[in-house]
Formats: sequence, C-alpha cells, structure tokens
Amino acid sequence: MKIPRGMETGDAHPIAQAVRERFPGIYLGSTLFRGDLSIHLQKAGLHAVCRFLKDDPEMDFDYPIHIASVDDPTQVERFEVIHEFFSIRKKWQVRLKTRVRADDCVVDSVVDIWKGADFLEREVFDMMGIRFVGHPNLKRILLPDEYDEGHPLRKDFPVEGRGWRDTFEFLES
Amino acid sequence: MGLTGKFESNFITLKLDQAVNWARKGSLWPMTFGLACCAIEMIAAVASRYDIDRYGAGVFRGSPRQSDLMIVAGTVCRRMAPIIRMVYDQMPEPKYVISMGSCATSGNIYNSYPVVQGVDRFVPVDIYVPGCPPSPEALLEGILRLQDQIMKKKVFTV
Repeated sequence: MKIPRGMETGDAHPIAQAVRERFPGIYLGSTLFRGDLSIHLQKAGLHAVCRFLKDDPEMDFDYPIHIASVDDPTQVERFEVIHEFFSIRKKWQVRLKTRVRADDCVVDSVVDIWKGADFLEREVFDMMGIRFVGHPNLKRILLPDEYDEGHPLRKDFPVEGRGWRDTFEFLES
Repeated sequence: MGLTGKFESNFITLKLDQAVNWARKGSLWPMTFGLACCAIEMIAAVASRYDIDRYGAGVFRGSPRQSDLMIVAGTVCRRMAPIIRMVYDQMPEPKYVISMGSCATSGNIYNSYPVVQGVDRFVPVDIYVPGCPPSPEALLEGILRLQDQIMKKKVFTV
C-alpha cells in the first residue's frame, strides 16, 4: 500500500501487527498520522476483523466512536467506509478503512458486534447510500423515509437538491 | 372630532378601530419558535436587560392556541416546514408572523438541499427582521413596527 505524504506506515503498531498476523489476506496496510492508526482492509474481512477487535482481550475495543464514509468519484473503488473504535479500558483507538465500488456499495453490518453502530450505519446509508448487510433496521435516519432524491453526500448530488426543499405538499390540502 | 372637550377630563374619545387595535398591539403573546441561534437573541430580548414585556409581548406561550404572534427564529429546515405551518394554522385570528434573522427570511448562506429558502414560502410573514442573528434591539424594533402595522388595520367594516 502506498503511504500518503505526511504519514508513516503503521505496520509496527501492535494493533496493526495483530490484525496482519490473524488476517493476512484481509490486511492491506496501515498508516500512522500523529499517533492515529488507520488500518486498510479488504471489504470481505471487515466483519471478522471487527469481531476480533471486540472480543480479543488484548484488543478490547468496546466503543464504536463513529462510522463515516468518503466519496471519491475518481477512484474505481469509489466509496470508503471508515469505522473508528475506542477501548475505554485500554484507552486506545483504531480506524478501519474499507473501500467499495459504486456498483456494489455494500459492506457487512457490525450492529451484531456493537449495538451502538445501529444509528451510525443508518446515517451512512442515508447520506451516502452504502448498504449494510445484516443491519436490523436499515432505513433513513435524518431525511424522511419517503425522500427520493438520492443520497445527498455523494459528489454527484446537486447542493441545492432536486426540488424537495421548494415543494410544500401540505399547503395543497 | 366633534366630541373632543365636551366631557370631564377622565374621558377619552377615539374610534372603535383604534381601541381594538390598541388592545391587540399591547398584548402580543408570542409563540416560542426558536429553531437555531436566533432563539438565543430572542431569549435575551425577553430577559430583564431588554425586557420585551415593556411592549406587552413578553408572555411567551408554549401553545399556539394561546398566542397571537409567531416569531420564527432560526434556520427553517424542510422537515420542520409542515410543523411550522401546522402551528400557524392552529393559532387563533388575528395572528402575526415575524421572520427573525437572515435564515428564516431567505435561507441565509444555507443554499442547500434541506434548508427552505425563506419561511414566507409557506406562511405569510408580516415583519422581516434582518441580522445574523439580529440583536435584541432589532427584534424590539420589529415588534414596534408590527405594532405600527396593527394600528393601521381596519377591524370593523360596514
């Protein structure tokens, strides 16, 4: 994996080493930026790695801080899903990065591992349109259920939207 | 008027319209509708330093059924729009709307998909108070202008 400018490789970090040891085909590389570790993973192994990070007493990641997503239309694997976890007892943090293609923007849900991931995954689905397989209630969370203009955080979504903000159907009755 | 000066000094003479409008403008009970940071300035206008109650508009109500004036203070998101309209419809006549701040008036800088570009797109607005956010003095000025408007209203028609 190419290390971006200003970052260094995180391969020597104990968390990265543990993940690479157990999931050699899944682990793509890792970066370290000002002490923050990011591990890049193959999509297929995301759930297994999360299970390991949660259950292994040496890892002990009990708190899902955030799940985010990034859209880069210039890439073949257009979307990046970012999971951030924290261990309250060990006081350490890790960031997992997984890339998905636009025609197959599906990743495994981690709600069965951390209940707190429920709303975070729903927000990513609502804003970016990435589906989470295994999520118990994957529907929009910020926008209304009947919203049909797409997923607003995608780069090809017009900033002004597609007319929803200017239609007031409740005025007609 | 012909009647002026014909009574004792504790009588006043005026038109019925003036009497009704005077009563209306002196007890504008606002509906609390703080949506964003403008609400903080609205709260400051109610508190002792600025004291909106001097103009009879300090009795903030939690219920639209008891209020005459809706101060829409803040960014109006599209999901909030039906609720604002419902609250407006529930207010008894006569009712007035103040659009407080740039966001409620025009959407301000938020030219984006969830932000309504002005609350006047779905409720009639009487007074626009500009500012981001408007100072409490600006809101007081808006209420004084609204009172001027109320005094010009024709209540009774033959």
